[in-house]
Amino acid sequence: MPIIKNQQILENTWTFVDDDAPLAGGDITVSVKRWTEDKPALLQHSGKVGVRLTPADNVAALGDDLPFIKLIELHFPTFSDGRTFSQARLLRSRYNYQGEIRAVGNYMTDQVFYLHRVGVDTFEFNDPKDMELALSAIKDFTVRYQASTY
Amino acid sequence: MYQYNEQDQTLIEERVTQFRGQTQRFLNGELGPDEFRALRLMNGLYIQTHAPMLRVAIPYGLLASRQLRMLAKVARDYDKGYCHFTTRQNVQYNWPALERVPDLLAELATVQMHAIQTSGNCLRNTTSDHLAGVCPDELEDPRPYCEIIRQWTTLHPEFAYLPRKFKIAVSGSEQDRAAVQLHDIGVYLVRNEEGRIGFRVLAGGGLGRTPIIGQTVKPFLEKKYLLSYLEAILRVYNLLGRRDNKYKARIKILVKETGLEKFTAMVEDEWLQIRDDMLLSEERIAAMQAQFTPPAYEPTANSDTGLAQHLADDKAFAKWFKYNSVVHRVSGYRAVFVSLKAPDSPPGDITSDQLDALANLADAYSFGEVRSTHRQNLVLADVKQADLYTLWQKLDALKLATPNIGTVTDMICCPGLDFCSLANAGSIGVAREINEALDDLDYIHDIGDVKINMSGCMNGCAHQSVGHIGILGVDKKGEEWYQITLGGSSENEAAIGDRLGPSVAKHQITESITRILDVYVQHRLEEEAFLQTVKRVGLEPFREKVYANH
Repeated sequence: MPIIKNQQILENTWTFVDDDAPLAGGDITVSVKRWTEDKPALLQHSGKVGVRLTPADNVAALGDDLPFIKLIELHFPTFSDGRTFSQARLLRSRYNYQGEIRAVGNYMTDQVFYLHRVGVDTFEFNDPKDMELALSAIKDFTVRYQASTY
Repeated sequence: MYQYNEQDQTLIEERVTQFRGQTQRFLNGELGPDEFRALRLMNGLYIQTHAPMLRVAIPYGLLASRQLRMLAKVARDYDKGYCHFTTRQNVQYNWPALERVPDLLAELATVQMHAIQTSGNCLRNTTSDHLAGVCPDELEDPRPYCEIIRQWTTLHPEFAYLPRKFKIAVSGSEQDRAAVQLHDIGVYLVRNEEGRIGFRVLAGGGLGRTPIIGQTVKPFLEKKYLLSYLEAILRVYNLLGRRDNKYKARIKILVKETGLEKFTAMVEDEWLQIRDDMLLSEERIAAMQAQFTPPAYEPTANSDTGLAQHLADDKAFAKWFKYNSVVHRVSGYRAVFVSLKAPDSPPGDITSDQLDALANLADAYSFGEVRSTHRQNLVLADVKQADLYTLWQKLDALKLATPNIGTVTDMICCPGLDFCSLANAGSIGVAREINEALDDLDYIHDIGDVKINMSGCMNGCAHQSVGHIGILGVDKKGEEWYQITLGGSSENEAAIGDRLGPSVAKHQITESITRILDVYVQHRLEEEAFLQTVKRVGLEPFREKVYANH
């Protein structure tokens, strides 16, 4: 499934590995639970490793591990769960996370402008049609009121 | 008043373009109803019983005459020639067609108006004192801070998908006319012991199904920290507010379940980490204050002698003067209430013709500005006393001079079952019936300050739980019944009303209200207002009389 990165549609190279599945090869993301429990093994993984957060996950819990995490996927169970926006904001501004933050799950193309502003830099959608919409929606507004670095 | 700069204008125009695209995708079947629902609500658009309802923002209740004319035009071109002012100083249209709403919003944008965040689970319109800047009891004009908050809340990327709606009110005067304590965040301008002006911040107030009065989280906040403190509260709420049950999702429930002390500690902890990164500079405040400078008052306005003569000669005018105008901080001026509570008209409603005429009156007599109040009336805030008599005659001809402000017929009322898909019972019809029963102005004036608030369902849009007399429409096996509360208040001594007893049937509600007023008249001590009598004698005498023949 393709993703949007830097205003372009690119091929996704990452795979999310379920908690009960064996680790796949290549670049993988795992849950916070698995990251916490299998950290030594994951740090030995040949590909890159990322973590998938649900809205209930506390960003602060990742704390010192952030430099080892190359990708953070913020998963929307439903588009209306706005905790994701604060998670992204905290990752960037409070914890100075420099890696990639990706929105995944059930969210709307109409939310990418806000997501981009709080620090999400890549977007995965299930429907290819959404890709074109999202590329345009990210530029819905040329002005903004709040100070933001993104 | 605040004038848009290029950035403000661009933003609302881009919002129209965005919403046009969203509406088109919905009409084409490319956007699901749940998704479109969230997006349209954040543009004030509901799907109602008969048609969509559109709520247009009036930031802190301030309107220019050209905006009033636009509201009139929109009512004429997109609706049935009238609109409805709400308890949060906004305006609602009940009949626009969905596919025409983008055009409607584009027209509003030409006069610096919009419907952004007037509904949905997001930061709503910031409300304030309708007498801001003109009342004598004011510490400082709250409107510059309201505008700063308006800008900060508009399209805030982090807080657009909150657990539930979020309302902020700001007041700068001794007397609270903005129901500040019943907001998710309430802000009072206060002076500290060192004589410096800052803010007292309350959180966790709110009406609806579980009405709760807000509690102080910050007794004194320096001005420069206004936005960082708001952001800290919002972040804590966004991350920790309940999302499993929409009736427990407001911040009032979070504050209640967490406990004030712990909640405040979490906010402080968050705030200390961000406060130095988002300071509100003195220059920014001064620049905003410069947008709200007083108009050019005539220094000789108080030398007029005609007013005293008219008051002596014309009893009807004198009544209107007493009830529908209030003292102004500038000698020789009064603030005038335009009553939207004429006996034969739904509370808060106004027609296009009235709006146009009122715009002309604002231009002629009040520096081209009008304010909306949270009790669903309008205000011409800067009227020279020499102009009052003429203005009264003109308002009277427009049926906008019913001398009932602050009286029992100045009811707050939601659209009820007649328009709203949530309602359990009618409210406009009941309001009319109560009005008809109370058609004697002398009696109404004798009764004095009684605030009746009536909502057609427990969502409580008309703030019934803080009405001196609250009326709540409930559904009993398909029939409309009404629950009565007494002793509520949204003013300084904010209080939630107590339930009088079992709900009463529709044919009994008007009589119940008149009986309540009879009990008051019978029990009141000299000069005692309704609310004081209720507090002193308790509910029992009212109960006895209301349920006597039930």
